Amino acid sequence: MSTWIPGEVPPADEMTVAWWDATREHRLTVQACTACGHRQHPPRAVCTGCGDTAHLVQQAVSGAGTVNTYTVVHRPPRKDVETPYVVARVRLAEGPVLLTRLRSPDSGGEPTIGDPVTVGWVDLPDGRALPVFQPEEIR
Amino acid sequence: MTTGVAIVGAAESDLGSTGRSILGLQTQAVTRALADAGLTLADVDGIATTGVGRFSATQLADHLGVVPTWTDSTFAGGSAFEMFVARATQAIRDGQCSTVVISFASNQRSARSRRLGGVFEPWVPEAQFEEPYDPLYPASYYAMAAQAYLHRYGGTREQLAEVAVAAREWALLNPAAFRHEAGSITAADVLDAPMVSSPLTVADCCLVTDGGGAVVLTSLERARDLRRTPVEVLGYGERTTNTSFTTVDDLAVPGAAGAGADAFARAGITVADVDVLEVYDSFTITAALSIEGLGFCGPGEVLDFIADGRIRPGGALPLNTNGGGLSYCHPGQYGVLLLVEAVRQLRGECGARQVPGAEIAVAHGTGGILSTHATVVLGASR
Repeated sequence: MSTWIPGEVPPADEMTVAWWDATREHRLTVQACTACGHRQHPPRAVCTGCGDTAHLVQQAVSGAGTVNTYTVVHRPPRKDVETPYVVARVRLAEGPVLLTRLRSPDSGGEPTIGDPVTVGWVDLPDGRALPVFQPEEIR
Repeated sequence: MTTGVAIVGAAESDLGSTGRSILGLQTQAVTRALADAGLTLADVDGIATTGVGRFSATQLADHLGVVPTWTDSTFAGGSAFEMFVARATQAIRDGQCSTVVISFASNQRSARSRRLGGVFEPWVPEAQFEEPYDPLYPASYYAMAAQAYLHRYGGTREQLAEVAVAAREWALLNPAAFRHEAGSITAADVLDAPMVSSPLTVADCCLVTDGGGAVVLTSLERARDLRRTPVEVLGYGERTTNTSFTTVDDLAVPGAAGAGADAFARAGITVADVDVLEVYDSFTITAALSIEGLGFCGPGEVLDFIADGRIRPGGALPLNTNGGGLSYCHPGQYGVLLLVEAVRQLRGECGARQVPGAEIAVAHGTGGILSTHATVVLGASR
């Protein structure tokens, strides 16, 4: 995945700017509702747990998670994407699920559902960064 | 239980690789379905369609020279047409319109308009949080659902391939099927096909073809005076679960369950009453999850359930009797063709692939990335 150059990522909006700003410092956050404790991703203008609109904050998370499910993509959806690569759903220790890419373990081979993974970062040209995940041993 | 509304006409447009335009194919489907019903465009006061443009029903109405009293262009991918049956039934019962045409057509094979990555407007959350990782849309979602399901229940890719193997057997009986002349396939053929998004190969994925279809609905009372045996709308149900890859908590749990339960309850039937099942098979896993979600077997059981050949011709649960999206035709939003085949089976018009004495058929559409799920129960009215 070292050669992966992400395509253009749309700009943040007022709901997502805090999440993206944290990525500039390689800090992973999820949105939390301080009214009911619900955590969600991506950031929204409403808490899907309780409907509150006034108590939503971005909270730092540990960056640890597990592989919820994954797929190895063999056909590129756009030009200049090297295949194969692994797209996965990672469930963060704090609850929310992210879509992401998985870096392959040093041993090569496919991940397994349930594998522990930790966050890493791929920098974007505009200073933001995309969180990706990797098996714990290649941390 | 009847809703008092019936399907009185059904037809396909040209299928395969047509070199025709979307509206040209739409017009074929609509006029053929009306002719099948013994009606004309002058009878139409309701139009439901999608896939034409941003104003799909408006554009089709304009193109056909119709000024409808009711339209619907709900965009719900391949399940839209099962939703349209529900909406049209309600509109006819309410008196807002009397004769509805539900249609779809696409020239995606001729126009080479299919994109592996899908299409995201830049302002939707998926464009910021999902598309940057280059998932195939929708293939990678179904692939991840398959991966989760096989992992959870210990099933195999070979077992899942039965959906594609059975679809081909049906296509061999349907002269209109894209793969009619292509011969049987085995599970090994499916597994050995080029990988797209693991564990799904090309052979686990539906075709990319042109094609379309239309059905005509009116009141059952009026239907009894028309030329075809009416096919009654007995029940319907739907669920909309997600647009994101990450919303649904457990991808091994089919979203079809709620839609099916509502439709069966409204119709007053159980799975034991279903003679023919037409489910959207965008991928092998889509059909498998739908069979399970609709309640034909228990959680985690579908791969064992279909292993005995029951979804093949002559089996106990005739599934996708035209050959399905996998081997017959897949113009993108395939759901309208589920309805066309269900109607033809209930009217006994299906020749070599006819299910003898079919009286109850279920059409179940799935849209997006297991996003929308809509079920229609239809009954022969003899």
